[in-house]
Amino acid sequence: MTGAPGSGVGVVLVSHSAEVASAVVRLALGLAGGASGVPVAAAGGGPDGGLGTSAELIARAAREVDRGAGVAVLVDLGSAVLTVKALLAEGDELPAGTRLVDAPFLEGAVAAVVTAAAGGDLDAVAAAAEEAYGYRKA
Amino acid sequence: MLDAGFLQRWMAAAAAAVEREADHLTELDSAIGDADHGANMRRGFAAVAAALDAEPQTTPGAVLVLAGRQLISTVGGASGPLYGTLLRRAGKALGDAAEVTPEALAEALGTGVAAVAQLGGATAGDKTMLDALEPGVAALARDGDFAAAARAAREGAAATVPMLARKGRASYLGERSVGHQDPGATSAAVLFAALAEVAS
Repeated sequence: MTGAPGSGVGVVLVSHSAEVASAVVRLALGLAGGASGVPVAAAGGGPDGGLGTSAELIARAAREVDRGAGVAVLVDLGSAVLTVKALLAEGDELPAGTRLVDAPFLEGAVAAVVTAAAGGDLDAVAAAAEEAYGYRKA
Repeated sequence: MLDAGFLQRWMAAAAAAVEREADHLTELDSAIGDADHGANMRRGFAAVAAALDAEPQTTPGAVLVLAGRQLISTVGGASGPLYGTLLRRAGKALGDAAEVTPEALAEALGTGVAAVAQLGGATAGDKTMLDALEPGVAALARDGDFAAAARAAREGAAATVPMLARKGRASYLGERSVGHQDPGATSAAVLFAALAEVAS
């Protein structure tokens, strides 16, 4: 657990909807309280601005939040998952140290941003986000 | 033997065929999906055709790698990374050869299909594009006959009608997915038809 705020892990939130992606960014930053130093970016909506996934927006968001300590990418559904996997397979589309995190989108986003704000490294951020699957609601 | 020009003509024919079939693909997708398959495929293959016009490639492998990359970047739905992976992996499998046999293309496409299955976590019978891709590639591998491959892919797509969807948006419908032809298998058959058209 090293790294000062602003120099740590970046977080990218990929949703089929631009509104969902940016709202979850706001929610995560809000619940993380004082996490203004965490680089978080939304990549929402498709190439035509409608519902869908844009590889270009994802790549741009990842570059935007990359501070050299890794980028955790959280995704919502179907094509968002597959597009990030395909971009990672391409090799040079996303910054080195970019990781697709297997986590529930909203809960995972909050956990990832809080952990990144606390100075957690990429492993810690990913683990915190994945742990959100373990929280049963009923 | 097939050269870069042949592969470019395939991609151009695929773009034209997708354009012709876009409304039909969207109609199929509105029954069991989110009604965007035609528009997504049209956007993707138009980008492929434009990219290959702007930057003609000199080897069959390079044509497919560039086409795959365009699909991943521009489609916007799950068919983008899936078809993009298919073509990109096939292109990489062909390497730098200036000309390839139909059997070598079949083998390379087989590598791509395996990558698609892995990426989507699907197998034949799940009512996906694999149900047309696998028989199409298998027929091409058997005797290098493009018309036979197109026929096998079309029959594979038709065979998805009674299947229960187990992947993607359609899987949420459960039994209600039965009775509809899978849009992804249909577009895969369209791509094989374009290949046969160029070869004839």
